[in-house]
Amino acid sequence: MTTVTTDIPPRDYQLSDKNAQQAFDRGLASAEWYHTDVDRKVMKALMKRSDGPAIRDTLIWLCLLVASGAGVIVLWGSWWVLPFVLIYGVLYGSACDARWHECGHGTAFKTAWMNDAVYQFASFLVMRNPVTWRWSHARHHTDTVIVGRDAEIAVMRPPDLLKVVLNFVGVFDVWYSMKALLLNVGGVLQEHELSFVPEPEQGKAVAAARVHVVIYAATIVAAIVLGSWLPLILIGGPRAYGCWHMLMTGLLQHGGLADNVTDHRLNSRTVLMNPVSRFIYWNMNYHVEHHMFPMVPFHALPQLHALIKHDLPAANPSIWDGYAEMIPAFLRQLRNEDYYVRRELPPTAKPYREDLREI
Amino acid sequence: MSDWIDVCATDDIEEEDVIRFDHGIRSFAIYHSPEGEFFATDGLCTHEQVHLADGLVMDHTIECPKHNGQFNYTTGKATRLPACDHLGTYPVRVAGGQVQIQLSE
Repeated sequence: MTTVTTDIPPRDYQLSDKNAQQAFDRGLASAEWYHTDVDRKVMKALMKRSDGPAIRDTLIWLCLLVASGAGVIVLWGSWWVLPFVLIYGVLYGSACDARWHECGHGTAFKTAWMNDAVYQFASFLVMRNPVTWRWSHARHHTDTVIVGRDAEIAVMRPPDLLKVVLNFVGVFDVWYSMKALLLNVGGVLQEHELSFVPEPEQGKAVAAARVHVVIYAATIVAAIVLGSWLPLILIGGPRAYGCWHMLMTGLLQHGGLADNVTDHRLNSRTVLMNPVSRFIYWNMNYHVEHHMFPMVPFHALPQLHALIKHDLPAANPSIWDGYAEMIPAFLRQLRNEDYYVRRELPPTAKPYREDLREI
Repeated sequence: MSDWIDVCATDDIEEEDVIRFDHGIRSFAIYHSPEGEFFATDGLCTHEQVHLADGLVMDHTIECPKHNGQFNYTTGKATRLPACDHLGTYPVRVAGGQVQIQLSE
């Protein structure tokens, strides 16, 4: 691993017309990205869709969610409820993100309605408008970590570390999500949302937000009528107290790595993880592979990793190792926002594609 | 005036697959359906101008490799977001073992 500093003007993350134009002028927006060469027949086999793995995992997820939720209800009022709250919270507030993501891509299941059903359900759990966030994520894949274009940069530079830490219990994310949903309910899309949601989709975003907010309002009413926090512990609350695993894994995706490049090997991180985290995260730990080939379903990503790892920087061997790389980078970025971690490529890899950064 | 232009030999495209065909400044996607028929559409996704030939053919659907938008390649109709605008389609025939596309000048 080498460390790099560069001399680029301070970053402006607003998705404004000016910043978009700047990104286009630099050849960074809607650019052609580096791809590792993979034989077409092999790639076709990897991209092949199947319902089996996603049905299996979704049934396990829903059964565990219902069982742990039942445990919370039955044991409410006793200290024995805590392990059930912990499990339910992570299954709700963290696993939802990966389901939202995979089904949003439409790759988890072969059957379209299954992707759509789980996508809608998971969007509610993760407090994201299913319409605006579908478009936001499309932009994230077009312009991954391109400043002024990507709406999903989790840690902007210089990093606001207090915000990062508080988001482990959803403080800012829940606030911003609820604010966006409430504005959407009133028919208002924020400026950054308008920059990527096409006009014909905007009415659908408003309708979706109204459905979400009605359910949250009913939950609050239930809590008041029952005089109990239980409804909020079961609905909505887990997005705060159970999202720590989503943050823990999600920050590793791009944290501390390069921005404004067109090679996912420079701005994305693959981290090898334990099987439980991989189940919760639905294999999104293979993040370079996912960005390079978003058509490959979650269950085929380990095979894809094995196939192209000769062309990628070595995967971080654990979550711990990923944080040991990322946190010092965040700290360095407090003093120098141009700093990023540049990982060594193996001798078998093609050189990084970084020419566009120099324009 | 329109011309029939050779694209490739019929066995150059596997069934349920697609290849890219560039002609002049234009790019096309040429499909071989599971039933053995050939079809042609614009080569770039209407959403973000990505080459569809790198995507996945499933029955009569082509899925864009970048954002997973889908089109029915027999009609050009966009069938899954983020693809909204339809693709142009072009007549295709097989003559002398060659797949040919008809393009207007």
